[in-house]
Amino acid sequence: MDRVKELVILSGKGGTGKTTLTSSLSKIIKNKVIVDADVDASDMFILLKPRVLKKEIFRGKSVAFIHQEKCIHCGLCEQHCRFDAIHKNSEGQFIVNEFKCDGCDLCVYVCPVGAITMEQGIVGEWYLSETDYGPMVHARLNPGDENSGNLVTMVKHQAQIVAKEQGLSKIIIDGPPGTGCPVISALSGATATIIVTEPTLSGMHDLDRILKVANQFKVLPKIVINKYDLNNENVKKIEEFAQKNNVEIIGRIPFDHCVIDMLINEKTPIDGGEECNRVKDEIYKIANFANGIFET
Amino acid sequence: MWITVASGKGGTGKTTVSVSLALALKNGVYVDADVEEPNGALFLKPEIEKIVPYTEPIPQINTDVCTFCGKCADACAYKAIVILKPLKKAMFFPELCHSCGLCAYVCPVKGALTEIPKKKGEIKFGKSNGIQFIEGTLELGESSATPMIRGMKKFIPREGENVVIDAPPGTSCPVVEAMEDSDFVLLVTEPTLFGLNDLKLTVSLVRELKLPFGIVINKAEEGNNLIEQYASEEKIPVLGRIPFERSIAEYYSNGVPVIYALEKGKAIFADIYKQIKEIVQNGQS
Repeated sequence: MDRVKELVILSGKGGTGKTTLTSSLSKIIKNKVIVDADVDASDMFILLKPRVLKKEIFRGKSVAFIHQEKCIHCGLCEQHCRFDAIHKNSEGQFIVNEFKCDGCDLCVYVCPVGAITMEQGIVGEWYLSETDYGPMVHARLNPGDENSGNLVTMVKHQAQIVAKEQGLSKIIIDGPPGTGCPVISALSGATATIIVTEPTLSGMHDLDRILKVANQFKVLPKIVINKYDLNNENVKKIEEFAQKNNVEIIGRIPFDHCVIDMLINEKTPIDGGEECNRVKDEIYKIANFANGIFET
Repeated sequence: MWITVASGKGGTGKTTVSVSLALALKNGVYVDADVEEPNGALFLKPEIEKIVPYTEPIPQINTDVCTFCGKCADACAYKAIVILKPLKKAMFFPELCHSCGLCAYVCPVKGALTEIPKKKGEIKFGKSNGIQFIEGTLELGESSATPMIRGMKKFIPREGENVVIDAPPGTSCPVVEAMEDSDFVLLVTEPTLFGLNDLKLTVSLVRELKLPFGIVINKAEEGNNLIEQYASEEKIPVLGRIPFERSIAEYYSNGVPVIYALEKGKAIFADIYKQIKEIVQNGQS
């Protein structure tokens, strides 16, 4: 069966308004599953208030465990570890730093007395929830743990299952910041991405980088400029950049205090009254474009 | 002293605060460890003096010598090597490789599998406004920020300098790597529910790492005590407040760090540093 179409909201730079836009779009666009793929710092639940129906443990990488009763303190594991994950503690025992261990197994191989085994740890949880706007799949990575890419892949996979079960034709994904592993997982297999940028040097720099990643993974990019009235010169530069790279700008959201006022009250800008009209109009326009992306 | 600036949530102002703090210090060193999206240079416009490639070892299989025994493929925890014995074929998937060295360790045939360096990014060194500048940039499509941050730390001066490390967002491994070995962690947050939620996650991480830390509230507004309330309940020191002003955002959009966008910028950051120094010194005594 075909993959249900996925639209991922990304930005490269954090704090440009991904979650606010994704939550707003989730309230407007019909027939979809909502995914919060920012598993390091997931915030969508604050605005969408999901009611958890199902909770599952997510097991991540295995990490090395040194059985002290067998250890002969030869130090070979420490010498060979490339992740700087094994050190002697104050009592002279060799201890694995679970944050640093990459689960590569090298120490298991080098240990001459078989004192090291790999143990699988729990790195997070994922949830299937319902919201007033449709089903939502989200997750929570334990602080300090790795494998956020795998957890992103997991929540996306679950969203595909839910969409097929419930006959929903769209998946909207709030993506993580950056350009690395979790972003690649979020983009992988997606139909299109909306890149939320802002007319700041940082926003523009990161737009360039995230666009290259989207192109690498052959995901159709669209641009939204948030806080567009902050700096006209920079908006012009983004427009030139978009034109040069043949990417369509599908929205320009103004820098408006109404957004913050709504967020403080755990609401999205589209829940606001007249004072939010400038922002609302633009978000509805973006939602129209997004619907168009799903229909093509 | 090493101070790592982190936030959990992206876009709270880590970079502008890191840059400003480094500029406020004597013998300041600014280290951009947000290797996926390094932005410090946009504010500091450094004069780059040296660029060092950042490499990691990856295996190279010499099929003339290889017996296709498959030991490397069996051992690899990341499934980065596939050996097709009947076809006498060895395949390597560099994007899956974590450069752990296990394949080279288990290979029983001399010369069949050797490790060669692969470029994964660049580390730039330079100067700006009297401070040292170090920046890591991971190549696009590379996923391993953590080893790169670990590799960068070898270049950071340990003694005599005041180092500010600008960490990536989030709360996962790369952030841990950026924080570890630091003397202090400065958490930049904003008084929104997103900011607070991500701050709580980051606080639990910093506590687990047993590092001294404090908070700077960015985009602070009169009458909004969301963060102050949390900080006082949790007994976390609030070291500074940067007001929410459109003019700061406008300066920022043109690459002017907040220390120059605020009238009392220098005093605010000098004061933040003074408090950090006190906390670190008290902790050591």
